[in-house]
Amino acid sequence: MRGGAMFRLDNLVLEQEGFRLSADWQAEPGARIAVIGPSGAGKSSLLAAIAGFYAPASGRVWLEGQELTGMVPGERPLSILFQDQNLFPHLTVAQNLGLGIRPDLRLSAADQARVAAALERVGLEGFGARKPAQLSGGQASRAALARVLLRARPLLLLDEPFAALGPALKGEMLALLAEVAGETGATVLMVTHDPQDAEEFAGLTVLVAEGVAAAPVTTGKLLADPPPALAAYLGPKN
Amino acid sequence: MAILARSVSLAALALVAAPLVAVTIRAGGLSLNGPDLAALRFTVLQAGLSALVSVALAVPVAKALARRRFPGRSLLITLMGAPFLLPVIVAVIGLITVFGRSGWISAALAVAGLPGLSIYGLHGVVIAHVFLNLPLAVRMILQAWLSVPSERFRLAASLGFSPGDIARHIERPMLAGVLPGALATIFAICLTSFAVALTLGGGPRATTLELAIYQAIRFDFDLGHAAGLSLVQTGIGAIAALLAWRLAAPPGFGGGLDRPFSLPAPDGWRRGADVGWLLLTTLFLMLPLAALMLRGLPGLAELPPSVWGASLRSVLVALISTLVTVSAGLILALAVARRDARGMELAAVLPLAVSGLVLGTGLFLIARPFVAPAQLALPVTVLVNAVMALPFVYRLLIQDARALEADYGRLAASLDLRGLARLRFLTLPRLARPLGFAAGVAAALSMGDLGVIALFASGQEATLPLLVQQLMGAYRTEAAAAAALVLIGLSFGLFWIFDAGGRHVQAR
Repeated sequence: MRGGAMFRLDNLVLEQEGFRLSADWQAEPGARIAVIGPSGAGKSSLLAAIAGFYAPASGRVWLEGQELTGMVPGERPLSILFQDQNLFPHLTVAQNLGLGIRPDLRLSAADQARVAAALERVGLEGFGARKPAQLSGGQASRAALARVLLRARPLLLLDEPFAALGPALKGEMLALLAEVAGETGATVLMVTHDPQDAEEFAGLTVLVAEGVAAAPVTTGKLLADPPPALAAYLGPKN
Repeated sequence: MAILARSVSLAALALVAAPLVAVTIRAGGLSLNGPDLAALRFTVLQAGLSALVSVALAVPVAKALARRRFPGRSLLITLMGAPFLLPVIVAVIGLITVFGRSGWISAALAVAGLPGLSIYGLHGVVIAHVFLNLPLAVRMILQAWLSVPSERFRLAASLGFSPGDIARHIERPMLAGVLPGALATIFAICLTSFAVALTLGGGPRATTLELAIYQAIRFDFDLGHAAGLSLVQTGIGAIAALLAWRLAAPPGFGGGLDRPFSLPAPDGWRRGADVGWLLLTTLFLMLPLAALMLRGLPGLAELPPSVWGASLRSVLVALISTLVTVSAGLILALAVARRDARGMELAAVLPLAVSGLVLGTGLFLIARPFVAPAQLALPVTVLVNAVMALPFVYRLLIQDARALEADYGRLAASLDLRGLARLRFLTLPRLARPLGFAAGVAAALSMGDLGVIALFASGQEATLPLLVQQLMGAYRTEAAAAAALVLIGLSFGLFWIFDAGGRHVQAR
């Protein structure tokens, strides 16, 4: 099991047509950070840039003294969960998990035992032979988290992966996510549009608004006394 | 992957460009007032007439199909896709059996004491081209009809539109959008059709440029003249292909034509007219095939043994060229889907602008100093068939390749799924259906092709379509019809195997 790592965005600047976002901060190993802000502000773009799906205009991404900026997505020491399509629908659940160990799926008996153990760990014992279409939304999320467990990368990025789940199921998933993150010791960045997710799961929150991904601050404090941009996003409190 | 895709696109470009360069260097011996000009005029005339007649007939047929529901409708629409895969030489034999001098209609006319028909010359070429392209025109126009949102017709109904009003405010603007593309596409196809001109044309008054190229090589052995004609042919072919490309949306091959809709289906004489159009079209398309069956079945027992060798050669040629073209098409489609690569897209569609016979002439010129042409007959046929099918294969794959990249590209990248593992666990399972269909189309096209092989082959290397044509030329019509039946069976058989295989493998 690998520990988390010091994560650093070094003068990172993202630019697209009519869009600009800058970030310059770092986070301690094992930190759990919510990324919050109005839609279109660039939360997903920030994650995509960290994961390597598009190149920043300038600046660097560091993880424990290693620069990620020039690496292709598959080589980066991180796992990422998207809003949907986290599982290949034509492969079985076990194969989807196996991809997390070896992309060519040449799995040894020990690898297969690890897959089974990971399934059991997330409460999907015996689901290995099923196709994703035969899983409920919550079960699919569990399978994706099981693969995160198997990959055990020091950084975990989540782009609203539970947005489609109901409140109770989402709470369950956040709890499981906390366990998975605890077991791998990974540093976690989770995009969410729900401040309650931030409060429940993350000690720290990054506010993405007005062209800046601000340095992480304590979630409770931020929500108790939001800056104007966040206040506008959250709306008047009841 | 990137290097592979670039090599494939360069190879495809070179395979089109090199023959054209060879042709340009050797071009000469053109006469602007003699038979060459006549060939040019006849080529444009027959292609123009074929396009006009096909599209003019297709409009009422598409309209009837769009607004009527009846048992067998979807079967009829499916059959409309078949002539694209039907070997041209087979269609020709069927048409001769119905419309020829000793055909069914002539026989009926003789009973009434009237003179018989002849299917040779301009009208024969046009009839064959309409037979082959009417279904394509119907499908293109039907697609446009069904793409009109049903809300538009609901609105028309709520405003009390008569069929005339609907035609004026909805249908005519829609037709104005689709007809130029349909005309240009069919014009371009007929411009370069060789087998029809070879069998039904000929003589000073009905020779196309393609046929003239063939004659210059086979009979006069005037390579400079053939090259010059090839250059002219490529010029007008490229203009027509460019026009078609600009004006036409890619013709759909399947699906999407059977969804529920709410087109008004007026009663009265319009109903009768629709029924009449559909019956006439079905008869026109089915009679020649039925005639071929009746003519060919008795001959099956006494097929010349050369049929089996030719069949084997044809199947091998089809399989190899299918493998080549589907691999190349897949590599290009995946590369284009990943990043917008204009150059690669060009390489995939450029072959549309040239004719197979011209490519063959160029390759003939290039290879002649080194090898006897007959030795190259089959390899060159494989290569030219692969190149000519590439645009179709690419078009059939590109949409699904784009969807694959959009849906799973990032997930695969984040899991470091690449190379052969990506091919095996992501690309093949998710693209099996379009790959199978594209392979079926490529195999059937190659199987039925009668073009380059006619330039090169000396007899020992004949493919099945060439053998059919030779039997026809020797007036062994029964044997020709029987061999055509074998050809049709093999073509559709190959298509079916690939298509069904892809659907079977396709992951859900």
